[in-house]
Amino acid sequence: MNFKRTFALLLFGLLTGPAVAGVLPEDRSDVLYHLYVGGGVEIDGPSILVRKQLGNSVSVVGNYYVDYVSSASIDVVTTASPYTEERRQYSLGIDYLRGNTTMRANYISSTESDFDSTTYSFSVSQDMFGDLTTLTLGYAYGEDIVGRSDDPTFRRDNRRQQYSVGLTQILTRNLIAALNVETATDEGFLNNPYRSVRYFDPDVASGYSFEPELYPHTRTSNAVGLRARYFLPYRAAVEVEYRYFIDTWDIQGNTASLTYIHPWGPFTFTIKGRYHDQTGAHFYRDLFPRAQATNFRGRDKELSELTSYTLKLKVSYQFIDVNKGWSFFKKGSITASIDMLSIDYHDFSDLTAGAPVGSEPLYHLDANIFQVFVSFWY
Amino acid sequence: MRTSFRSMSRVVLLITSVAWLSGCTNIEPWVKPYERDHLADPIMALDSDPVSTAYMQHVYEAREGARGGEGAAGGGCGCN
Repeated sequence: MNFKRTFALLLFGLLTGPAVAGVLPEDRSDVLYHLYVGGGVEIDGPSILVRKQLGNSVSVVGNYYVDYVSSASIDVVTTASPYTEERRQYSLGIDYLRGNTTMRANYISSTESDFDSTTYSFSVSQDMFGDLTTLTLGYAYGEDIVGRSDDPTFRRDNRRQQYSVGLTQILTRNLIAALNVETATDEGFLNNPYRSVRYFDPDVASGYSFEPELYPHTRTSNAVGLRARYFLPYRAAVEVEYRYFIDTWDIQGNTASLTYIHPWGPFTFTIKGRYHDQTGAHFYRDLFPRAQATNFRGRDKELSELTSYTLKLKVSYQFIDVNKGWSFFKKGSITASIDMLSIDYHDFSDLTAGAPVGSEPLYHLDANIFQVFVSFWY
Repeated sequence: MRTSFRSMSRVVLLITSVAWLSGCTNIEPWVKPYERDHLADPIMALDSDPVSTAYMQHVYEAREGARGGEGAAGGGCGCN
């Protein structure tokens, strides 16, 4: 559940878009279907976005997003029962353009049976130096209510804040780069109320027992991301991206990706490779030596030492040509993509293997992520 | 946490100072508006598919310990 409290805080990026000021975002609508399959988990649902300009200086945007979750993941099958879940998220945003300054405000609300989240965000972008440079300052504040589906009296609160600075720079007529710096703080009940940690227990046949997780009540993280996209001489583009991450839970992460984009008639093909490597949180253990062995304890595999790899293949077909249009549509496209995700966990055992305690094989996740979406510009 | 806020404040102060100073100087753009046809090509858009980008960042945030710093971001459950 630790990821749930970050999603709404970060979603305002979807509504604000990249750091480009001086021009309002294009009017467009997107209807997307997403499907994640892997590790005993299946998640699918729609995402619908509508953006429309009102007059010359205001643009409004709305997004509706749903996750239908069916989970029998490694966590679930070893400590709980498979479950189904549904999450609905609504968001509204407004952009106001004045000269070279764009101000944005957004509201996001997300509800699940056991988790509610609300986020407010505000950002300002300024074009400078002949529109070669765009600076964006952002702030977001969010509140979560954590519940338990098996205990209606259980309620815990979280508060989240995020500060961000973005700088987008045109470097040459073929090269654009963006630098993003982000600090986020969480305060409150940060662990999953359902998840357990494992500890050595010689009194039971399996050799181990479980007890509830207990996380620190605060977390502060810093991330610095740099990306650059270059226009190749034969009309194609290549992008490199790197991010460094560090937080007060002792997680350090390095993420890098390489993307190649190649248009061919009405088609656009994209191939992307992504690599991520991280250390584990200081209170994470795959197997604690005894019950209540440390002040804080967690066995969330997302907080463990891991390495992930993703290969993305994407094709987009433009069925309404931008030069011709159709009715009141300026452009239309349909896009399909697959992301093949593979995660090697370096300190998270696969307990379903049935091996003696302490000698279980490490867990490995393979997942496929499918997306199909239709986009219209008007 | 206090150290993080302090370092963040310095970054904000530095960048806003540059922004203010930009109003006092007359820096000639080294890439003229008429030279930006390549940059205006849709394949050069840093985020041409915001809904898809947000979704994928949500997928990663649910499965990795890192977050933020990637320009656009996404959210949602997606769970265990």
